[in-house]
Amino acid sequence: MSNQHLSPLRVPLVSEPRSMGQLTEEICAPMERAPTWKWWVAFGIAVAVLATGAGIVAYQVGTGIGVWGLNKTIGWAFDITNFVFWVGIGHAGTLISAILFLFRQKWRTSINRAAEAMTLFAVMCAALFPLIHMGRPWLAFWVLPYPNTRGSLWVNFRSPLLWDVFAISTYFTVSAVFWYVGLIPDLATVRDRLKAGVRKAIFKVMSLGWTGSNRTWSRYETVYLLLAGLATPLVLSVHTIVSMDFATSVIPGWHTTIFPPYFVAGAVFSGFAMVLTLMIITRVVLGYEHLITLRHLENMTKVIIVTGGLVSLAYATEFFIAWYSGNPYERFAFMNRAFGPYAWAYWTMVTCNVVSPHLFWFKKIRTSPAAIFVLSLVINVGMWFERFVIIVTSLHRDYLPSSWSMYTPTMVEVGTFIGTFGLFFTLFLLFVRVLPIISIGEVKSVLGFARSTPAHPETPPSTRPAPVLDAPEEASAARNHPPLAIATRKDVPV
Amino acid sequence: MSAPVLIGYFDSEERVLEATRAVREAGHDLRDVYTPYAVHGLDAAMGLKPSRLTWVCFAAGALGCTLAMSLQLYTSVVSWPLNVGGKPFNSFPAFIPVTFELTVLFAALGTVAAFLVRAKLFPGNKRQALPRVTDDRFAIVIAPGQKPNALEAAEALLRDHGAVATDLREVAS
Repeated sequence: MSNQHLSPLRVPLVSEPRSMGQLTEEICAPMERAPTWKWWVAFGIAVAVLATGAGIVAYQVGTGIGVWGLNKTIGWAFDITNFVFWVGIGHAGTLISAILFLFRQKWRTSINRAAEAMTLFAVMCAALFPLIHMGRPWLAFWVLPYPNTRGSLWVNFRSPLLWDVFAISTYFTVSAVFWYVGLIPDLATVRDRLKAGVRKAIFKVMSLGWTGSNRTWSRYETVYLLLAGLATPLVLSVHTIVSMDFATSVIPGWHTTIFPPYFVAGAVFSGFAMVLTLMIITRVVLGYEHLITLRHLENMTKVIIVTGGLVSLAYATEFFIAWYSGNPYERFAFMNRAFGPYAWAYWTMVTCNVVSPHLFWFKKIRTSPAAIFVLSLVINVGMWFERFVIIVTSLHRDYLPSSWSMYTPTMVEVGTFIGTFGLFFTLFLLFVRVLPIISIGEVKSVLGFARSTPAHPETPPSTRPAPVLDAPEEASAARNHPPLAIATRKDVPV
Repeated sequence: MSAPVLIGYFDSEERVLEATRAVREAGHDLRDVYTPYAVHGLDAAMGLKPSRLTWVCFAAGALGCTLAMSLQLYTSVVSWPLNVGGKPFNSFPAFIPVTFELTVLFAALGTVAAFLVRAKLFPGNKRQALPRVTDDRFAIVIAPGQKPNALEAAEALLRDHGAVATDLREVAS
């Protein structure tokens, strides 16, 4: 498969020669050894931040969302900014998994698992915000259409906020299923390496009896392709629907037809930045530089250049249309963004999102993990400010100057936002410990990518080990127990 | 009733592909091939037909689409017609986003459920993988049948195509 029909110009995807067995060892190693002190420090910090965030959420749920800095003019601010920010981050995972899979981009194999996990965790963080914003989160089930005792009152299907409910929950469910289906073969690999015990039992249940049969693989590939095909429009639809929360309103600065593609481009932009942030840390901490190579990082920075360009174009188009429409309210909203009281946020956004990605045109920067890491953080900051600018500057000065107002977040809002980072990193650190973060099966399939087939030392039949057809009973009993590690592999006749 | 099956272990994708083709050409009863990753071209070598799960996907998607549209029309037009800003009760375009999402949701869940049922994958499954096939070995499983010398011929064929080991097992037929 992978090493056929390839141009000699291609470079291998796994930069160091590795056998399949070594690869299994390497990817399973972080799950099988005791965590390092660095992991404990990181986990401790993440859990502490999460606990603080949980305390703050408990306080605001108990007290009411009056503890936020919102007022009559600015009814949406920090919470919806964070919601859109986290949903956006969640996009890169499914994009890497699904769209790059459909485009036969084999470099996705080393990063798709971690990116999908990132998607799930980011969507969880995102979903918290509308939930808290409701003020009475225990009544959150009211957003679902179910026959109830309040007469025949149903939810309003014409509201973009309800579309969000369906979009986010579908996105989360399909992403989780996609992730799990991709995990099944690797769970079987881990299962077959573990000694009897609780973990083995758990992996046995989770791997659903996977044996590596090609009849199953064949169906599995069909399902994976179908899921990728379904997830691709889903990625585009989710942020489109999120953007409609704004675009279907009549607020100047929100009522814009460019919003759906603009939001999708921004989501991919920020999502790839977050994948880069996580992957650069992961490859160094776990020693996966030969699996998540510079080429992978470089490819992702190229996606960032493209999506950064799209986002810049969207900013320019918004301004142009605001002027060209001749609508004074629209024109004012945009002048106010750039030169009003929140100009600092606007220019932070422009610096981070429009200017900084262009540094990636330089090969030196594109291939320096340290530089990419810094720029990926800058882009994430910029994309957070983009949502802040869209939401707050559009609301704080609309049609009626008598209702103009300013907004400052309270410590509760800032604390909730930081708390979601605690949740995100706690989940990600646990994921690194308990599941293979690189798709073992898929990376094995690209081991031979652009590499000539290694010459097999041709063994004459006479020197091969004798057939084990009439092996003694104990030998065949040992065969039923899969090997545990390379060291014990000599116990296995193959 | 049990029947012996012959298992040939291989260490590379190219060899298992060649051996699979050869086993079929020689007319042996090829039970299955086990691989640590999806080997492309193996379906053709084994003579597997394309999966029909695509039809399940389509049907499940169509079901989701119909249910979503029906639910929205029933709740917004029949059960509780709500006048929102003078918009028509049957404001069809506004129902498209939810319809789309539920179509995708049903299609995805339906396909995965059908896959798990068809491939007999479920929690509590007692099946065991052959040694190392989830790690770095490929295995071809042949049922040699009752003919004299069938077993020897099959084994010789596997070895000639580079099997690193062979094994005979009794399995429930």
